[in-house]
Amino acid sequence: MSAPSEKPTPGWLAALPAAWLAVFFLVPFAIMLGVSVAHRVPGGFYEPGFELASYARFLTPFFGKILLTSVALSAGAAAICVALAFPFTVILARMGRRAQTLVLVALLAVLSLSEVIIGFSLSTLLSKTAGIGNFFAWLGLIAESRAYTPSFFALMTGLCYLALPYAVLVLYPPVSRLDPELGEAARIMGASPMRAFWTVTVPMLRAPLMGAGILVFVFTLGVYLLPQVLGQPAHWTLSVHITDQAIFQSNLPFAAAMAVLLLIVSLALVGLTLLLGRDRAGAA
Amino acid sequence: MNGAVRTGYVLAILALLAAPIVVVAGVSLNAQQALLFPPPETSLRWYGALFTTSDWLVPLRNSLVIAAASAALAVLVALPLALHVWSRSGWLARALSTLGVAPFMLPPVISALGFLVFWVTIGMYGQMTATIVSHGVFLVTLPVVTLSLGLGAMDPALVEAARTMGATRGQVLRTVILPLLLPYIVSGYAFAFVLSLNEYIIAYMVAGFTVETLPIKIFNSLRYGYTPIMAVVAVLFVALAVAVFGLIGRFGNLPRLLGADRVEER
Amino acid sequence: MTDLSLQGLSKRFGDVAAVDDVSLEIPDGSFVCLLGPSGCGKTTLLRLLAGLETPSAGRLLVAGEDVTETPAHARRFGMVFQSLALFPHLTVAENVAYPLSIRGRPKAECRARAEELLALVQLEGMGGRRIHQLSGGQRQRVAIARGLAIAPRLFLLDEPLSALDANLREHMQVELRQLQQRLGVTTVVVTHDQKEALTMADIVIVMDQGRVQQVGPPMEVYRDPANAFVAGFIGTSNLLPCELGEGEIAVSGHRIALDPADRVKARPGAAMLSVRPEDVRIAEDGLPGRVSFVRDLGESVQVMIDHGDREITALYAPGARPEVAVGQEVGLSFAPGGRVVLPA
Repeated sequence: MSAPSEKPTPGWLAALPAAWLAVFFLVPFAIMLGVSVAHRVPGGFYEPGFELASYARFLTPFFGKILLTSVALSAGAAAICVALAFPFTVILARMGRRAQTLVLVALLAVLSLSEVIIGFSLSTLLSKTAGIGNFFAWLGLIAESRAYTPSFFALMTGLCYLALPYAVLVLYPPVSRLDPELGEAARIMGASPMRAFWTVTVPMLRAPLMGAGILVFVFTLGVYLLPQVLGQPAHWTLSVHITDQAIFQSNLPFAAAMAVLLLIVSLALVGLTLLLGRDRAGAA
Repeated sequence: MNGAVRTGYVLAILALLAAPIVVVAGVSLNAQQALLFPPPETSLRWYGALFTTSDWLVPLRNSLVIAAASAALAVLVALPLALHVWSRSGWLARALSTLGVAPFMLPPVISALGFLVFWVTIGMYGQMTATIVSHGVFLVTLPVVTLSLGLGAMDPALVEAARTMGATRGQVLRTVILPLLLPYIVSGYAFAFVLSLNEYIIAYMVAGFTVETLPIKIFNSLRYGYTPIMAVVAVLFVALAVAVFGLIGRFGNLPRLLGADRVEER
Repeated sequence: MTDLSLQGLSKRFGDVAAVDDVSLEIPDGSFVCLLGPSGCGKTTLLRLLAGLETPSAGRLLVAGEDVTETPAHARRFGMVFQSLALFPHLTVAENVAYPLSIRGRPKAECRARAEELLALVQLEGMGGRRIHQLSGGQRQRVAIARGLAIAPRLFLLDEPLSALDANLREHMQVELRQLQQRLGVTTVVVTHDQKEALTMADIVIVMDQGRVQQVGPPMEVYRDPANAFVAGFIGTSNLLPCELGEGEIAVSGHRIALDPADRVKARPGAAMLSVRPEDVRIAEDGLPGRVSFVRDLGESVQVMIDHGDREITALYAPGARPEVAVGQEVGLSFAPGGRVVLPA
């Protein structure tokens, strides 16, 4: 609407962030792409070249198992998180502003916590000497305290702990924008609260729920520390192996190839989320 | 669902989220170098130790410097970006808004590896500058989001009014837009600061062996010998995050900042 | 002096002409109301005057000086926005003195001028308040004071009173008009409220579809509309298709002799008859119709009469209320001098 003279900043100023992000965000990705097809020099770094040897390693059963592990862990965490987060968010969005602010502060604080700290805290909670083992023994549920970590259960707990606040915050805007009168209208027409929830609220939010599930999936795909702290080597995800290859095996081309694969999967899923969002906007 | 069930559900989830933190807080009070809960004897000695043991003091300083500098960098890049996207349309605005949101949407291990090969290529691998710039790029999304919200909430007539009253473009920016954006600049900085402090994988990949940050130090200690100082750091991080977000919630509208449209005053 | 000259001013957004070839001469010190339905282009025209939009064609002259290319901040105009656009981070006095402080005037001068302006709009001693501490009417006054701070060459207001409730709005209309007369500043107000335009303006400009439909003093526009659109938009008019003949018209075959005081703007043939409700009278004979509704408004009585597929409104003073009932067959006559024959 407004004339060119009314822009708050001159057009050239956009060159600054554009150049900055191009150099420090896009160029690294380009280099990574180049490295993924470079020739590996065992014991050293790599030399420029074009070969698909690193990508060919994807076709081994070893790699297939890693990918399967990553996907299964993330899918499980996404399903559990969305199932727990959805009713939580619906209740949260109906609270008063003060109560909402308090809960949001708590969620943001947990969300901002480092994976390291979450891993450490949960390994302490599940440990033999300081954790729930003590508590269960004291209750008499078990004869003697024991550790619950490392284990698949510990790892899944960690993933959910990490991703639950994220899931709530992703669901929060669409849920809080949902007109509460819709549910009330269903109630007046004779639906029980549970029935109103399942026949009105859930269908209206199908797209955001799918979107939240995908975003949590991508979010947990990137998890790197929790599998090492809370899981066993069999639970190591793609992210762990990327770091392992890059830092400890000095195989940058293979690490880069795995990162490119992870990038493609993530972009495809984020794209799918955007597409779901567009359908919703189109239908509304 | 009646009221009690709802409140109970929310409280149960919050309690589950709090449980590990409570245990860690207890562990941090152990008088001995042991991770026991409940602690047999309590003492605050490990809180002092964090600030006196050079082992932990160096990572603490590194973390604070990196968080302060990278959050500033993120805000400096986000500000012209958000202003451009706000006032213009077209391919550049669309490209910039995508670039602004992308770093935070992808699994960080990908960005981390990208940064690693980048810094190796230009020969700055292992320097603190590399960590600061990498964090600045990775976290740019947070001020971009808060600033865009702030600009979206601003009446465009304010800019036009200032123009008709004789303000040049620079004066409009200085006397109207920036003062009104200040709360959003501050919260964007705070978000980026807290997340930089907690970030592990990028800091580790870019300069993990030379510039040790607190998360790296904790992870190393997890492998090579537990100490209650780890618990102390965890407690302080939680406290800092609660303080920062609490202040934003106290002086700003947190529900709105996180995307809620309709929040009733109650 | 600051007489205003618009020469073929146009503004297109894509294929749509929001303002279409507008040419006007406005004398110095006039109070002008831009009146029209929403989307008629009146706000765009105001923004062209302010320099907030660049015209697609045409020129704008202020006191003989071509300001078409002058950016908004260099025009030395004052403007009040529909949202008022008061700065929430500044005090009342800082808001009012903003045009001065932005020009680097000393603090003492800014303070003194702010006090003077606040006194002008009856807000003495309120300079230290914050905007959110003021009532709607007070905010309105602050915005007006701020627009006048630099003694503008031209004072522009975009629906300035639309956010106020009805009573306050009527009060502010009078106050704004008195203020303008005292200062003598050429003023252009955009409004969609015809009562507001009739109360305040020296000159009313009626716009529709980006074009000026009529320009003139309020009573002239009211009494003597230039076309059917103006007749329908200003006040309430009964519009009836008719045949214009020699000294008479025919409405659905019913002949009515014209009076010399009636205004005829159409050529013989198909035309449109416009009659104000106060000029419609119910009689024994005349144009046949059937009473469909009687609405007693206290200060006046409206009688709706169906004539074919048209509804005609007659307006009576409460004491002169006619003895009619809904469903009754009546005849209608139109007061001589109250009939305007417009092009169809």
